[in-house]
Amino acid sequence: MNIESVGVLGVGNIGTEVVTDLVLHGIKVVAFDLTKEILERAKTKVLKNIRFAPLLSKSAPRVSKEDALKHMHFTTNFADLSSCEFIIENVTEDWQVKKVVYEKLDRVMPSEVCFGANTSCISITKIGSVTKRPANVVGIHFMNPVHAQPTVEVIRGYHTSDRTLACLNQLFSQLNKEAIVVEDLPGFVSNRISHLFMNEAAFVLQDNVAPAEKIDAIFKKCFGHKMGPLETADLIGLDTVMHSLDVLYESYHDAKYRCSPLLRKLVHAGNLGRKTGKGFYSYPE
Amino acid sequence: MAETEQKIKEAISRFILDSINLRDLKEDDHLFETGIVNSLFAVQLMTFIEKTFAIEIGSDDLDIENFKSIKATSEFVLKKNGRIAA
Repeated sequence: MNIESVGVLGVGNIGTEVVTDLVLHGIKVVAFDLTKEILERAKTKVLKNIRFAPLLSKSAPRVSKEDALKHMHFTTNFADLSSCEFIIENVTEDWQVKKVVYEKLDRVMPSEVCFGANTSCISITKIGSVTKRPANVVGIHFMNPVHAQPTVEVIRGYHTSDRTLACLNQLFSQLNKEAIVVEDLPGFVSNRISHLFMNEAAFVLQDNVAPAEKIDAIFKKCFGHKMGPLETADLIGLDTVMHSLDVLYESYHDAKYRCSPLLRKLVHAGNLGRKTGKGFYSYPE
Repeated sequence: MAETEQKIKEAISRFILDSINLRDLKEDDHLFETGIVNSLFAVQLMTFIEKTFAIEIGSDDLDIENFKSIKATSEFVLKKNGRIAA
């Protein structure tokens, strides 16, 4: 049976992309965030994403602004999520924030509803442990631009049930996505490796081995990657990258995950990447 | 006409170069295939074109061929402005 409504919790960078993908595929979305300003910004960005989606992917459905608006409800009222059949959570990569959110979700949502944690590094098993439904919690690691990426890393927590994976697969079939399911340890496969690249690239820049564009060019032109590590970090958001590195460091107590001082300095300076117009690169309006 | 086209090319080129911190770009360089920019940049480019040249990009225009290079983008802008035949 098709999933008809999804609650999206947190509409920052990646949450906005998730809303875009759901609406493009005719799924109703209740999008929650803390302030009307954040929601308004997200709505504008979703509409722009939907409008230009065919440019990034020829097979992207064409959805009018009117239809898109009919499928989205932006709210600051947490209780509005309770009518949704599935939850995708995208809040800040901070355990204290996530913990509070999941405790609240567990109280508000009907017991059969599954939670997809869109986390970069935090253990899905740990997230499940603060709910009374650990079997219904699964990790979903979406990547940008969500609607143009056909494959998603999915993380099975210690208690994640086959029913929950089947439910997620149903949603993915509606989104034309394929899941690669991996087991649960902090950072999973993708970020445990990719954050080493991004962090070491920041160290290389800090040590004046090469400027940002040369570092990225080596990854693109020599390794054939679509994007270099520094532009990827700018796209994700330097604050998110820093938080993820801190989670990895805390989880493994391994020095290889210590965050580059340059990366931390840029975050403290408010240069968070594309979303603020400046990070390792500058992005004119 | 040639002067207008040149100005459009310069504006597009400046925007792209500012965005990706490159020093030089030829008007025929394929922006996306060569990896000069990634597909996400396309949305930024669309927004820039609409704002700078006061045109509206319709759903039929959303073909990467229209924006694959500085030259192609410039021709698209001229066409939308009715300066060259469609």
